[in-house]
Amino acid sequence: MKDAKIIRLTVNGREREVGALPNETLLESLRGLGYFEVKSGCEKGDCGACAVLLDGEAVDSCLLLTWTVEGASITTVSGLGSVDEPHPLHKAFIDRGAAQCGYCTPGLIIAAKSMFDNDTREPSEDDMRLALSGNLCRCTGYTKVFDAIDEAARIMRERG
Amino acid sequence: MYAEFDLHVPADMDAALAALAENGARGPIMPIAGGTNMIVDLRARSVSPRALVSIAKVPGMRGIEIDDARVRMGGRTTVSDLLRHPELGQIAPSLVESARLFAGQMVRNTATVAGNICSGSPAADLVPPLLALDAEVTLASRSASRSLALADFFQGYKQMQRRPDELMIEVSFPRPSANATNSFYKLARRKGDAITVVGVAVAMRVEGDACHDVRIALGSVAPVVLRASGAEATLEGQPASAERIEAAARAAMEAVSPIDDIRASADYRSHCVHVLTRRLLTEARAQLAREGAGA
Repeated sequence: MKDAKIIRLTVNGREREVGALPNETLLESLRGLGYFEVKSGCEKGDCGACAVLLDGEAVDSCLLLTWTVEGASITTVSGLGSVDEPHPLHKAFIDRGAAQCGYCTPGLIIAAKSMFDNDTREPSEDDMRLALSGNLCRCTGYTKVFDAIDEAARIMRERG
Repeated sequence: MYAEFDLHVPADMDAALAALAENGARGPIMPIAGGTNMIVDLRARSVSPRALVSIAKVPGMRGIEIDDARVRMGGRTTVSDLLRHPELGQIAPSLVESARLFAGQMVRNTATVAGNICSGSPAADLVPPLLALDAEVTLASRSASRSLALADFFQGYKQMQRRPDELMIEVSFPRPSANATNSFYKLARRKGDAITVVGVAVAMRVEGDACHDVRIALGSVAPVVLRASGAEATLEGQPASAERIEAAARAAMEAVSPIDDIRASADYRSHCVHVLTRRLLTEARAQLAREGAGA
């Protein structure tokens, strides 16, 4: 057995420490710390259920070794807003009925947030399809998901 | 994860190369960059390294530099970095198109250009455009560094020129001239997050009526991504007539040795190599004619 190491991370703005073995993934570490909104799906980088923002870019936390992200800033879907102050994406997903079983929803919202921050704030449907190409949803058929992201984009642009 | 290994996360290049130099009889030590293939392979136990050397914290390895002569990508440049570069889409539309159709967003944000090459997969999406762009790779070890043509890097199915103690620190290609074009087509079962059934990349330039520097690269249709040298020779120095293009497309089809798998049959892949090579060459001719007329 290899030795665990203490790894420091900032998660949703809060300094956290986690004891991790060399083969521990960021997904395992985050769930170990209680961030259960980060879901484990395929563990192959196909489904996007485990997506988080790593220093502002959406990544699959199942494909990253915790030791290699020491000192990074991680944002989960819960870090984008709260029940009292939801992010426009949170609100639009609810208003548009874009969540059904909900398992893929955290990853979908993180992927959309990364698109807004890194790629475009005025996404076309093609842009949205490209941004969500690594997220699988088996309930919604994606139509309401695209409606929700479109609405959130409009609200965010209006806010400036 | 159940697979066990040791992990080094060196803070600079010297330490990374020193860690890789410890390769020896006690089992392999492998570099890991984005890890989007490596972690999956570790889980499936299709690789069992004694240790991994992550380049996540090695500074100065991520970025794209473009000057008059070359386009250079550092060894940790991600697929998304290609998409977000303001000029690259103009210079190398083939490479940017392959980046756009590459896996899903989270994987594109993590996976690296060098890692895609070093996966050695015949379906590696960035490789056909890079071959058509005449790319070169630079490998460094503690004792030396060397550059070689990407076309010489692949030796057989997942067999490459990289020695265990070497790290791919740069991928570069000559900046295409103004009268040149390059393009890529990915045929897959879906538009997003799909493994390529056939990938075709084409690059050439025209001078007067004649085609020069014709390079055609074919993915997912042989044990390695192939340069179709017979097809290239059919066009090199010749006018791109419809007959020549058809002959080149046929030669490309004859160069491949595809397999049947869950995604497509060998016959279908061969047929699509013919069709797609002809289509890309025809479009390249039309584009160069338009640009020539506009100049």
